[in-house]
Amino acid sequence: MKIRLDNVVKTFDTFRAVHGVSLDIESGELLALLGPSGSGKTTILRMVAGLEYADGGHIYFGDEDATDIPVRDRGVGFVFQHYALFPHMTVAENIAFGMKVSKVKREKAEISTRVGELLRLVRLEGLGERFPSQISGGQRQRVALARALAVDPKVLLLDEPFGALDASVRRDLRRWLREIHDELGITTLFVTHDQEEALDLADRVVILNEGRIVQQGTPQEVCRAPNSAFVVSFLGDANRLPAEVLSGKADLGGTQLAAPDLADGPAEVYLRPGDLEWSNTGSGIAARVLRVIDRPDARRILALTESEHALELDVPPETEVGSNDRGFVQIRRARIFSKSASGA
Amino acid sequence: MAQKKKPPRVGDHPAFRRCLLAVVLTLTALVVVAPLLVIAVQAFSAGIGVFLATIADPDTRHAIMLTVVTALIAVPVNTVFGVAAAWAITKFDFRGKRFLLIVIEIPFSISPIVAGVAYLFVYGLQGLFGPALEAADVKILFALPGIVLASMFVTAPFVARELIPLMQAQGRDLEEAATSLGASGWRTFFSVTLPNVRWALLYGVVLCNARVMGEFGAVSVVSGNIRGQTNTLPLHVELLYHDYQTAGAFAAASILALLAVVTLFAKVLLERQGAGRAGRPTLAAPQTLKAETLK
Repeated sequence: MKIRLDNVVKTFDTFRAVHGVSLDIESGELLALLGPSGSGKTTILRMVAGLEYADGGHIYFGDEDATDIPVRDRGVGFVFQHYALFPHMTVAENIAFGMKVSKVKREKAEISTRVGELLRLVRLEGLGERFPSQISGGQRQRVALARALAVDPKVLLLDEPFGALDASVRRDLRRWLREIHDELGITTLFVTHDQEEALDLADRVVILNEGRIVQQGTPQEVCRAPNSAFVVSFLGDANRLPAEVLSGKADLGGTQLAAPDLADGPAEVYLRPGDLEWSNTGSGIAARVLRVIDRPDARRILALTESEHALELDVPPETEVGSNDRGFVQIRRARIFSKSASGA
Repeated sequence: MAQKKKPPRVGDHPAFRRCLLAVVLTLTALVVVAPLLVIAVQAFSAGIGVFLATIADPDTRHAIMLTVVTALIAVPVNTVFGVAAAWAITKFDFRGKRFLLIVIEIPFSISPIVAGVAYLFVYGLQGLFGPALEAADVKILFALPGIVLASMFVTAPFVARELIPLMQAQGRDLEEAATSLGASGWRTFFSVTLPNVRWALLYGVVLCNARVMGEFGAVSVVSGNIRGQTNTLPLHVELLYHDYQTAGAFAAASILALLAVVTLFAKVLLERQGAGRAGRPTLAAPQTLKAETLK
């Protein structure tokens, strides 16, 4: 089902959590709402679910205006951050709950068949008689998903679905959620503050900041063409250097970068650690190594330029470099934003 | 033997340990165990015959009945009140929420006799509604309604106080989950909220019941102490004692003590199930302690 948000506003007491957000979610799409805490992403999710009411604007499910439909009748599957499994019910009873309380009456046999199917879908066969306290975090998360799917929701909503799990479990579950989504084709909306999770999982990413959509697009679009300094720095580590733009060129104190579309004046250059190279001799920004951090796939150099700006760069593991070495940083790729625009 | 060589942990010096244990055990024996033993011994001192005669005495039987009836009314009412108050406080946001929390606790900190006197001022002949009630021929004071009202006042916080910390810790997620799955409000309450607080609720009910049955101060002001009519069991014990019927007083008291022991067992059983102080958020501990010291 296609979901459409039209200029949705939400205010808590005096705090405006969501400022006029408009968003189209295509049928069958897997969409991530990505943003730092306080960006309004969870509030948007809860408004789609009907757990919060919008103060202004409309939410459409297909052609139907769902803005005032109570959560009970809205037909959404909601997976809570801490799963909210009913602790006094077994896994199977948890999954069956939605079918039992539904206005649509179902036969007992029908319910237990469906529970069996769902347990198979989330790969928890044989655990139906356990209680939530007797299974692991990753398993609980899958029970929560099965429970939400049991009522055949029009849309699946997940609040920080992997937030409470170990890194390794998280990665497996992420891939697995993608598989389930591809198998069922249900419109899915999930909230996360982890950019890696959003980029890994989603068809489309909506980046939020302070209750507004900053940018939306496929993971490729937001990674390759970030539209603001906020998006660049939120999506990953980035060095920031001040620069001066003059007739299509950004000057970084000696080093020149092409900046064809920018107006003259102060600007900020954003450099990803991987987009920088280190050489002991040659040209580039002169810098001194403060420390080298070794990682399995690369060495990260913390360096200080002659103009006293800190830089971090990732170099291949075999690079010979140590503290207090002097050398030069070459820029392979950069994002430049005018100072006036970068505040947005 | 190897243990002896270990340096003592902080606050675990043998001398300190022995002194502390001695003080605690002596005080417990003197203050708690000895009086209870005396009741048991005295109740049967004049022989089992006198004990049975006291129990069979119509006034005593009436007092027991009155106490039970009072509990049968006051406990359910306060249970409903406690659940409603806990639900309101933990699941809704509204102005004056903190104030309501404090007001609910007032009966804990106020002397029960003050409650009794207050009811006297409200429903008494010279009181607020006294003349109107008299005109309508409704008897509140010196009758069952007054006793029930006074008992309810004293025990109003028990159930709510047990539920609030637990329901606060559980948050709204479970209810939200149930509703999003299509459950109605009642269904959510009976199949999700209530089962998750059932032990705490029972625990609160047990404490509430113990207090209702044992309440003396507030009830003694509003009941008028009419033998065979408005005497509850605690009042009856006092009356017998003042009549120099020592054995009778102790026999009646032993029934109250028996009720207390039953309550205690119920409480321990419930704590095993996770109600009360065991395995619950620490913020609840001081209140629970307070409730018990007051009892």
